[in-house]
Amino acid sequence: MKIYVTHIFVDDQDKAETFYTDVLGFKVKNNVPLGEHRWLTVVSSEDPEGTELLLEPSDHPAVKPYKEALFSDGIPAHSFQVVDLDMERKRLDDIGVNFTVEPMDAGPVRMAVFDDTCGNLIQLIQMMDTTQ
Amino acid sequence: MIGLLHKGVMKDDQLDLMFKALSDSTRRRIIDRLSNKPGQSLFEVCAASIAEGGVALSRQTVSQHLAVLEKAGLIEITWKGRTKAHSLRINKNHITAASWLMKYNKNGEEE
Repeated sequence: MKIYVTHIFVDDQDKAETFYTDVLGFKVKNNVPLGEHRWLTVVSSEDPEGTELLLEPSDHPAVKPYKEALFSDGIPAHSFQVVDLDMERKRLDDIGVNFTVEPMDAGPVRMAVFDDTCGNLIQLIQMMDTTQ
Repeated sequence: MIGLLHKGVMKDDQLDLMFKALSDSTRRRIIDRLSNKPGQSLFEVCAASIAEGGVALSRQTVSQHLAVLEKAGLIEITWKGRTKAHSLRINKNHITAASWLMKYNKNGEEE
């Protein structure tokens, strides 16, 4: 058994597709029409055969209060890993991404949080070398 | 305490809330953190507890500590966009109240 897909609830699939590809740099893997929405997944361009991220519509009535509660407490809905967090933060900041937590050390990781403009906070982490 | 009440600084029930809030080492540490960096979300306060290498606190625990501090009037809530941000709100009354023992320091001498 393996984890092939995980999901994030997005307010608008078109907007999310643009943000997750043009801004974050992921690639669309599956784009299948399903009624008024799509089965829309993206993958990391560094790992195209890796786990897919489903950009799932937020229509279910449980989703809005769930997302609002997480956002209110500053809790990220998802976490992505980068090699150089400070470099990535600068790249994203330069193209207008709003960071709600600036890069900070948190135990074995360095992390930051930004707004995905689709109703979610996203955590970026860099694994730090803790052997030193 | 009479001196403070006489000045009309803080009422006893407010003082009780404040001293109760300060009677916990985790809450005092949260105050230190908010002093260094105001406007933190629940998530940031939790992350900072891990960063300091101390005991990692659950969000539920931190949430309860923040509520006690807020009730005592030691922190205030603002909104950064849709995220709830916590900052210190320590005023002269708190400082006066916290230093009420000083009135027993008759000679002004330090031990």
